[in-house]
Amino acid sequence: MISFIFKRLLQSVIVMLTVALIAFSMFRFIGDPINNMVGQDTSQADREQLAEQLGLNDPFLIQFGRFALNAVEGNFGISYKYRQPVSKLILERLSATLELSFVSAVLALVIGIPCGVYTALKAKGLISKGIMTLSLIGVSLPTFLIGILLILLFGVILRWLPTFGRGDVVAIGWWTTGFLTASGLKSLILPSITLALFQMTLIMRLVRAEMLEVLRTDFVKFARARGLPDRSVHFKHALKNTLVPVITITGLQLGSLIAFAIITESVFQWPGMGLLFIQAISDVDIPIMAAYLVLIAFFFVIINMIVDILYYTVDPRLRADSTA
Amino acid sequence: MDLLNIKNLRIEFPSRHGTVVAVDDVSLSVQPGEVLGVVGESGAGKSTIGNAVIGLLEPPGEMTKGHVLLKSEQIDTLSPEAKRKIRGRRIGMIFQDPLTSLDPLQTIEQQLVETIDLHLKLGEKKSQERAVDLLRQVGIPDPENRIKNYPHQFSGGMRQRVVIALALCAEPEVIIADEPTTALDVSIQAQILELMRRLCKDKQVGMIIITHDMGVIADITDRVAVMYHGKVVEEGTTAKILGDPDHPYTQSLISAVPRPDIRLRRFPMVNYIEAAGERPRNIDLSTHWLGRHREFEAVDGPLLSLKNLVMTFVTKTAFLKRNRITFNAVDDVSFDIKEGEVFGLVGESGSGKSTVARMVCSLYKPAAGSVNFSGTDLTKIKTENERDFFRRQMQMIFQDPFSSLNGRMRVMDIIAEPIRFHKLASSNQEVEQIVNDLLDHVGLGAQAAVRFPHEFSGGQRQRISIARALATRPRFLICDEPTSALDVSIQAQILNLLKDLQEELGLTMLFISHDLPVIRQMCDRVGVMKQGKLVEVSATEDLFEKPTAAYTRELLDLMPRLDKLSHEGLEVEGA
Repeated sequence: MISFIFKRLLQSVIVMLTVALIAFSMFRFIGDPINNMVGQDTSQADREQLAEQLGLNDPFLIQFGRFALNAVEGNFGISYKYRQPVSKLILERLSATLELSFVSAVLALVIGIPCGVYTALKAKGLISKGIMTLSLIGVSLPTFLIGILLILLFGVILRWLPTFGRGDVVAIGWWTTGFLTASGLKSLILPSITLALFQMTLIMRLVRAEMLEVLRTDFVKFARARGLPDRSVHFKHALKNTLVPVITITGLQLGSLIAFAIITESVFQWPGMGLLFIQAISDVDIPIMAAYLVLIAFFFVIINMIVDILYYTVDPRLRADSTA
Repeated sequence: MDLLNIKNLRIEFPSRHGTVVAVDDVSLSVQPGEVLGVVGESGAGKSTIGNAVIGLLEPPGEMTKGHVLLKSEQIDTLSPEAKRKIRGRRIGMIFQDPLTSLDPLQTIEQQLVETIDLHLKLGEKKSQERAVDLLRQVGIPDPENRIKNYPHQFSGGMRQRVVIALALCAEPEVIIADEPTTALDVSIQAQILELMRRLCKDKQVGMIIITHDMGVIADITDRVAVMYHGKVVEEGTTAKILGDPDHPYTQSLISAVPRPDIRLRRFPMVNYIEAAGERPRNIDLSTHWLGRHREFEAVDGPLLSLKNLVMTFVTKTAFLKRNRITFNAVDDVSFDIKEGEVFGLVGESGSGKSTVARMVCSLYKPAAGSVNFSGTDLTKIKTENERDFFRRQMQMIFQDPFSSLNGRMRVMDIIAEPIRFHKLASSNQEVEQIVNDLLDHVGLGAQAAVRFPHEFSGGQRQRISIARALATRPRFLICDEPTSALDVSIQAQILNLLKDLQEELGLTMLFISHDLPVIRQMCDRVGVMKQGKLVEVSATEDLFEKPTAAYTRELLDLMPRLDKLSHEGLEVEGA
């Protein structure tokens, strides 16, 4: 187990270095960094002095090393547009994105898994067919459209829920949370549903397909032949066996919830990282883009590691030390 | 009073193409302490009976007629909940494949304790004690510690013991075992059957064993019911059914069983089931394309000669070579096969038989040793051209007829592919003619050419495989368990076909099987393998009459006793 985690850590470091290299090369190859920083009327001498100061004349590898070391310390330089440290900008918005993604993930799992199990067990029932039809909508409608429709219905026509922003937030250290105020919680509802809908239907369909598969296996048949009640057969034996693929997909999807919250954040003007990133692209604010890229890769790597460790706890067959 | 009584059972499966009657007017009964065998080939409806008795018929199957009585109490009309309470508590069930019968994510203990506590309400502590006790009864060593293990940490035979322990949890009155030993090696099979018989007698349990294997029937049952197309065609004591069967189906079934004690020239009367067994048209091989160009250059000495063959697999990978754990699947194996000879290779699963075959046809590269085929060392061949020359002469027939044919290709293309690849025919027309002739010759008929593999049964597919192997006009045929996935009557047909082809074309064969009786019917000489090593090589009759290696004797002792079987109508070789 320990050697396994060590191996995975080593692989993670390699992945992170590769991503860092790509992020770093943006500085070099997308526009000229000096031009991005100074005004039009700066003299050539000043430009050269600035390049020297920033170390832009050093060899590529040294520059990359410096970038990577800084990145490890959380230092991604100064935003071209905001003139503030990138780490500070991201940190301010990180909590918004993480809270939104977390609520969406919980929604997707809490609704998706039971629906999947239900539709598998009652495959021929009317309710199951209804759920399956609805889920098609979730899979096929694009996120922005769902967001806009929700805004139209609950924000404009019914006027029940706020349509943009986070509402009032409470700061706990550097972390700002919307969980503690009524307006904060209300503001979470529409964006998190929008973001969760696709994942929810995906998880539901996956759980359903896996569950149907497992229900056909011999050990389920044998469990029934031993007289075990349906509750035990379905939830103790069958559901647990569907979890391995579900964990994989859920892990990857959680990563994309964070990474692709961009669209939802734009629709709801949610002050998260995604919105910051979109603005950074239109402003060619490379330090923010690079930092975002590295950070998202970091999330994916962490989530994947957790998924791999979960495999180990769920499936005894994967535990290397257990071969008798 | 019968312990379990099945009366006039009829089970139907409605489908779009009309209703299929899976079980038709079947009546069976079991007494306490009695073992009833239900024998028949695939599709005869045997397993459906078992499922119906415990109330687990797969939808859309339904019982349209008949009763099931357990100690005179009618159980088929009970509510689903009441039926569930009978399952496991009063009727235990054992399934075929021990590798998939247990929940892989729970320990043996969790599964046993759950079942025991459910039926006997003993509480956690007492249930655990009983679980350990059950494991001891079914012969699992060190049960106190092994009980904490997961299913994958047990071997196949041990898992079947665990399955039996699970079926015995609540001391059921009846046990229904559906092909309980089919997935196991002979030595394990003998142990499991012995265990089941003992439990049955000790606890006065009534047992129904559903199987296609006459060996199992002869070994363990007191009475037998023979099923054919959903009907019981004959029922009686085991000695009567095996020794003096009345119904023609039973007679043909018994004549198709490979005998361990005698060598037959051919299997007689085996065409009861598959009409395709009769040949549509025979080809005169002496003048046909198939028979031509068979003048291979003569070889001095053996056609195939294996010398000190070793194959190593890495079981634990590691970056450093010294940390890797390797295992010799084949360890220093040497033998010769003469031109025109059928050489058998026998051993239990994991003994390395198939690995030898794969090295012979260069699918695996041996770690050491040489494979000499007609004077050339195949392991030293460098160019693809040269390799193709030998590949054409050497063909293989695989075990599983379902996965060894490409399901997206028509039979015509499957068989024509090797002819086209080796450019053995001049025109497309000729290729098609050859394929049609081949299909006729293996007993399928040319109309099979336009169909896809899934439209054929297992036996028919194996005929397609044989036709494909013949399509390169090979000199040497490797048959890797060619009949172990087939029913006994189909097996007899395929073995007859292989025997005929071998004689007509003078083929040399390497015939691999775990089944000693089949080996006796097919082979001139036999090699016995154990854990990668060749323990004995001798002429077939010598091996069976006076084996030299201790392991061979052990294997021969484990063969099911079939001396009770009727000898009527058999043509014994040399007699």
